[in-house]
Amino acid sequence: MSENMRLFGSGHGACPGCGLPIAVKSVLEATGPCFVANSTGCLEIISSQYGKSAWGVPYIHSVFENAAAVAAGIEAALKALGRKDEGPVVVFAGDGATADIGIGCLSGMFDRGHDVLYVCLDNEAYQNTGNQQSGLTPPGSSTTTTPAGKVLPGKVKAKKDMPAIALAHKARYVATASVAFPRDITRKVKRALEFEGPKYIQIHSVCVTGWGIDGKQAIPVARLAVETALYPLIEFEDGQLVRVRKIKDRKPVEEYLKPQRRFRHLFKHPKGKEVIAELQRVADENAKKFGLDA
Amino acid sequence: MGEKLRITLGAVSRPLESLKIKTGDWGAEYPVVIEENCKACGDCVVYCPDLCIELVETGEVDEKGRKKKVAKVNYDYCKGCGTCSVVCRHDAIKMEIKEIYKG
Amino acid sequence: MMKVVRGFYAVAYSVKLCRPDVICAYPITPQSEIVENIAQMYANGELGNCEYITAESEFGAASILVGASAAGARTYTATCSQGLILMSEVLWNAAGMRLPIVLTIANRSLSAPLSIWNDHQDSMAMRDAGIIQMYVENNQEVHDMMPQAFKIAENHKVLLPMMVCMDGYKLTHAYEPVDLLSQELVDEFLPPYDPPVKMTTKEPYTFGSYATPASYMEFRVAVYNAMERARKVIEDVYKEWAEISGRDWGGNIVAENCEDADVCVMAMGSLVGLVREVVKELRDEGKKVGFIKIRTFRPFPADEIAKAVDNAEKVIVFERSLSMGSDAPVTLDVKSAIHKKAIDVYSPVVGLGGRDVPQNLVKSIIEEVMENKVEPGTYFRGLKDYEEVIV
Ligand code: SF4
Ligand code: SF4
Repeated sequence: MSENMRLFGSGHGACPGCGLPIAVKSVLEATGPCFVANSTGCLEIISSQYGKSAWGVPYIHSVFENAAAVAAGIEAALKALGRKDEGPVVVFAGDGATADIGIGCLSGMFDRGHDVLYVCLDNEAYQNTGNQQSGLTPPGSSTTTTPAGKVLPGKVKAKKDMPAIALAHKARYVATASVAFPRDITRKVKRALEFEGPKYIQIHSVCVTGWGIDGKQAIPVARLAVETALYPLIEFEDGQLVRVRKIKDRKPVEEYLKPQRRFRHLFKHPKGKEVIAELQRVADENAKKFGLDA
Repeated sequence: MGEKLRITLGAVSRPLESLKIKTGDWGAEYPVVIEENCKACGDCVVYCPDLCIELVETGEVDEKGRKKKVAKVNYDYCKGCGTCSVVCRHDAIKMEIKEIYKG
Repeated sequence: MMKVVRGFYAVAYSVKLCRPDVICAYPITPQSEIVENIAQMYANGELGNCEYITAESEFGAASILVGASAAGARTYTATCSQGLILMSEVLWNAAGMRLPIVLTIANRSLSAPLSIWNDHQDSMAMRDAGIIQMYVENNQEVHDMMPQAFKIAENHKVLLPMMVCMDGYKLTHAYEPVDLLSQELVDEFLPPYDPPVKMTTKEPYTFGSYATPASYMEFRVAVYNAMERARKVIEDVYKEWAEISGRDWGGNIVAENCEDADVCVMAMGSLVGLVREVVKELRDEGKKVGFIKIRTFRPFPADEIAKAVDNAEKVIVFERSLSMGSDAPVTLDVKSAIHKKAIDVYSPVVGLGGRDVPQNLVKSIIEEVMENKVEPGTYFRGLKDYEEVIV
């Protein structure tokens, strides 16, 4: 058995080509043995069925919206019991669990300064239950609760800026990452763990079913999110932007949108052009704000 | 009388019991490693979502005297997603249709 | 050491003696002073290695304790009312995960309308969660109960959360003489928490697995059975406490003068003292009345109650809460406990939202039953004549 497989194992129930296990193993590669608190969601369902756990680290799932608080409790217990040397405390939570239903617990954890690494696995909707929109669903995405219709072009509102929310809480280390670059995830987690206190890493993770792509397209599509600057890879330490992933020959957002079923309607919908222009504007702004263009 | 169902306190599960779930029959395709192309860069290992590729020694040594390694797929778990073949920069993994899905 | 203290201090001081590892709470009237006193002890460095955390909500507080308890810590919180029902999702979860979190509930009514005053609607709403519930009559009892609650909840045959319920304001803010426990006595009575399984990197177990229809039912029945086993464990712990502390609070119920009673009167919480007194008065007047203090509400002491009322014709259950659309909660359990006997059950609901329950009201309630002036069933006393209009 490989080292990787001792912390998270094969036989989990993720769809072929799912980004989540790539993210998880890349994180665990950096943490080694650690304590995991997981929210209800895709990762939980594919990995924690009774008697079929894929976890080789101590793992807990309580309810949907409280993983940050559960992790804070583990950290407090390890402190009180003199067991902090057993390993770091890590949260894996989905985008909905993070930006919507669990944001209160997350805010509390940040605010109290727990020594916890919070990893948001961002597949941009409630995918486990069939692609319902979350606060991190990007505009224009057709989900089951923001379907494209004759009038509406899918989700209308912007993607919530969670890294900014983490920064506003003075989280020590804040970064975004992508399953397109697993070694970058591992490096960022290693760096994050050098900081004592709350840390936030948001990993863009492909959902083959929700996004409507083939398993083989998973990594190329994830790469395009980064190469169009729709998903900027940025890194903050104590509030300062310290590193970004530069983009050579930034691609137009259409290249990212086209292969995905969730955006397909934009190319024929009356409001599609407008939405695509808005997404391009977001990408341009990201590139400018973070100095992404190489 | 059937066997007793064993349940644990509060539904605590043992580690890595997922390994008994062989997901190798999920996909219609399977990856084949073209060993002479493989540079043992480990990219496929890092990306495989099902943690079923390892670099193993071939038994040979290269020009510099280092033990040669190649990617090896554990078909017990491979779901045939094709990610490994896409990320390999050396054209060393080719997806093939399983016999039963042919024709 | 006898001291006149307020209820919240009697709780806080006792909790400290239990040496919890993680305390986490969110303030809510009238529980606040409990956690404020604990916070002061923490600020003074009096809690040893204990981590004291003020959460961002009761929901967060309960969640933090789920993590801490799973990691092997002795855990404590206090709450009530809206706070308790905000916790409820997590507390159901904690019970299913068999985490022995101990809570003090400063019983308070539920909104709407908002009211900070006392009744039992909050804890009754948690009736089916898999949490052991006991109700105290005074501040000495709550002081004595905290070490016992940890011992019961953490017993390996049980491993369930436990709520010690005390009436908000009526007890939490009352000055009463309390014989404060010594650290030596509590240490002798309550060993450190020894979790049978915990989160550790040494044995990396998965907590909170989900179950399919192939095993879900067995897990839930296991919680039910743990609650059943708790009956005996509670009795044993209560007995042990009586021996070690010299104060015998009785078992799951305390029945007084019921053997020859035609009417048995039941109460829980701070109303106990008053009802007991009225019953005594009626006894002195030659009436055949008995009294039952219900201490443990979950698991419900059905057998004990059935036995105690064996010779009675009528039972009166003083209710401090409601179940909209049915009989009040304690009544439902009492009825089920005695369903084979021909006993009429009277359920006067009194004192919702802090409405005063004076002694003469209690007396008249009992007397009207004895004099056949009221039909069995649920009715309200101390209620004003009212008319509902739109605005
Ligand atoms: S990615 Fe290709 S070259 Fe690299 S180890 Fe895998 S098969 Fe070999
Ligand atoms: S096809 Fe997918 S599951 Fe199979 S080895 Fe390649 S990456 Fe892993």
